[in-house]
Amino acid sequence: MRLPSWIAQHLAALRAVLVFTVLLGIAYPLAMVAVGRIPGLDGRADGSLISVDGRTVGSSLIGQSFTDADGNPIARYFQSRPSAAGDGYDPTSTSASNLGPESVVDTLATDPEESSQSLLTQVCARSKAVGELDGVDGSRPFCTPDGVGAVLAVFRADGLTGPVTRVVSVNQVAPATPFVSTYEGTRVELAEPGHDYVAEGGNITPIRGDAPAEPAVPADAVTASGSGLDPHISPAYADLQVNRVARERGADPAAVRRMVEEHTTGRALGFMGGRGVNVLELNLALDREFPAR
Amino acid sequence: MTTTTAGVIFVLSLVVALVAIYKPFGDYMYRVVSGTRQSRVERGIYRLVGVNPAAEQSWGVYARSVLAFSVASLLFLYLLQRVQDKLWLSLGFDPVVPHGAWNTAVSFVTNTNWQSYSGESTMGHLVQMAGLAVQNFVSAAVGIAVAIALVRGFARHRTEQLGNFWVDLTRITLRILLPVAVLGAFALMLGGVVQNLSGGTDVTTLTGGTQTITGGPVASQEVIKELGTNGGGFYNVNSAHPFENPTSWTNWIEIFLILMIPFSLPRVFGRMVGQNRQGYAIAAVMAILALASVTLTNVFELSGHGTVPQAVGAALEGKEVRFDVSNSATFAAATTLTSTGAVDSFHDSFTALGGMMPLVNMMLGEVAPGGVGAGLYGLLILAVITVFVAGLMVGRTPEYLGKKISAREIKFASMYFLITPALVLIGTAAAFATGNNATALNVGPHGLSEVLYAFTSASNNNGSAFAGITVNTTWWDTALGLCMLLGRFLPIIFVLALAGSLARQQPTPASEGTLPTHRPLFVGMVVGVTVVLVALTFLPALALGPLAEGL
Repeated sequence: MRLPSWIAQHLAALRAVLVFTVLLGIAYPLAMVAVGRIPGLDGRADGSLISVDGRTVGSSLIGQSFTDADGNPIARYFQSRPSAAGDGYDPTSTSASNLGPESVVDTLATDPEESSQSLLTQVCARSKAVGELDGVDGSRPFCTPDGVGAVLAVFRADGLTGPVTRVVSVNQVAPATPFVSTYEGTRVELAEPGHDYVAEGGNITPIRGDAPAEPAVPADAVTASGSGLDPHISPAYADLQVNRVARERGADPAAVRRMVEEHTTGRALGFMGGRGVNVLELNLALDREFPAR
Repeated sequence: MTTTTAGVIFVLSLVVALVAIYKPFGDYMYRVVSGTRQSRVERGIYRLVGVNPAAEQSWGVYARSVLAFSVASLLFLYLLQRVQDKLWLSLGFDPVVPHGAWNTAVSFVTNTNWQSYSGESTMGHLVQMAGLAVQNFVSAAVGIAVAIALVRGFARHRTEQLGNFWVDLTRITLRILLPVAVLGAFALMLGGVVQNLSGGTDVTTLTGGTQTITGGPVASQEVIKELGTNGGGFYNVNSAHPFENPTSWTNWIEIFLILMIPFSLPRVFGRMVGQNRQGYAIAAVMAILALASVTLTNVFELSGHGTVPQAVGAALEGKEVRFDVSNSATFAAATTLTSTGAVDSFHDSFTALGGMMPLVNMMLGEVAPGGVGAGLYGLLILAVITVFVAGLMVGRTPEYLGKKISAREIKFASMYFLITPALVLIGTAAAFATGNNATALNVGPHGLSEVLYAFTSASNNNGSAFAGITVNTTWWDTALGLCMLLGRFLPIIFVLALAGSLARQQPTPASEGTLPTHRPLFVGMVVGVTVVLVALTFLPALALGPLAEGL
């Protein structure tokens, strides 16, 4: 029996799919798995796992949270960057925040479950928290002293123009104090949960404030990474944490700083990527050298 | 060394490497697609598939073979996802839901690799390696094969024959993609990319918490994901994941893999039409557009405009410390200038104008240098439109490489060009008309950008995203699936029809009035036509999204 050519062609196509599946989908990846068993390469192909006393504690490529059960930082450890992967550094739920550069207005619902923070407020809150933990100034441009985004909804008589009729600090609710008392002569109100001041006609106006352009808390300390698993922090953020970690462990800050340098990776070939400190490896080395008292 | 200097050297090193391989790798690919001697493995494959490697095909048969192969791939991939729980290495995951399986099957068969799922919690290892990664190879080979068929249309005279799809598919896969993939996978494993069949290792962290260290055949898939300009990550966060892209130098390798085939294909074109300088002209157009885009993306990202980047002090949200801002921007440009869509940082959190650049790159039609094969045929279409425009100016019948561009040819070229803008703009409008734009994470102009980005990415077969938007709903999976399907195969049909029409012609000898297509003047005109066409088509949409946000 001869098949009509249009069926024959589809059978040829199906056979081609199967042949390539066996070749490229089974033989090739399994061959590469076999290559990954080569001594010296096997550790890397298996995820660069780190063991302490025969117990696997993580991967040198995957970051970890160094917080207690409530999510508070454990002071004797260097802290990783903020993470948007699950509850933080969860490899089964990797994610970035995906919030945009003008995500500046919090959603303040009457039900806290439905509230969500803008990226700006997240940045401000982290900066304040890191500043307090490490004893430096946590202020940043566009942030209020109480650690939310310094953003006003400005209502004008004619919509976009005209005299100011009303001003709301959209990310601050009672009992906070508005970060500025007046704007163009009008008293600044606090926000009330459940209001959408953009929909109500307010012009969103972020206020720069007088914080230094280069804040004491480094950029990587207040931003989530793309993967949510970033194993590194910048040398600047590590440096900021040296005194606190040394104090908690009763160690000489100079010795801790030396260990930070040992765990700092430069740019590959001098020009690729950024300089980073591997937090897990550094903390492991600290536990070895200066065990917690 | 300052951050900026390091970023500039990073780009220059890529340029040097691509220039260095242009001739040898292009010549190698030329020998692969024009050679006639078949290896024993290849002869075995032809026998198993049941095709005669010596029989050439007309454009219609070639197109039907492409479509038949793609339909078979689509069905196979759909079924594999739907029954994954019954097969090995499923890691206990449920079957993929129907609309998700449809979207993913279309996505990988069309070389888009848009991901409406999260890899680590949806796809078992078998689906990843025997389903998704296989399509990473063959969808790339299909793109290259179609481009080669178009070039044969220019190179051949008075014939119906454009080559044999099955032979092209097999030779490109086995002789170009597979060898580079094996070498690349080895290099990535050296850097720390995972390659095992582990279902994950549970560990107790330093602070007593638990963490699951995932495993899987990642390296073998990662390399072809970049080399074939596919872009579908093993994990949700794609090449930002330390197990896909562990170091700054694997990042360099991945960008290089993305660009190596598309930037070398003009050499194949030049060799096949017998004038290497025509290849240089096409490569020059690609390089000018690409360098301009990479530069602008870097400038916008490093300048860090916008409220949040200024509050932070850098556009570091969604970026990894090991890649830093500049290399992340370069990756973003490379992945959208091609049809890759892999990401090592999250475009949604870029500065407004920095995030506009990936969008513009895709809107350019991904021709600088574009996806494997798709970039070359896209740019050749633009070259055809350019000689047509030039012909209009001087009032004579335009010709390109000795082939007359008459009404028939220009119709195919125009249809090709119109498909993606129509899909992008109609799709975006439909999302807003039906209220499905509400799944965007961000509000205001950025919310519009998320929707516009989704349709631009799907219709151009890119696959990257402003990933805040939720797209695993039935409406989004269906709509974007249709955009991917139509955005891939309608252009391919028009390209092959154009190839058939060109191959039938007898060559017109060049005369004094012929526009030389290898001179800087022509290169500049193609660049101009490309930019003007895109600006006219998309400026209004861009003005409502990223421009409104960033200016």
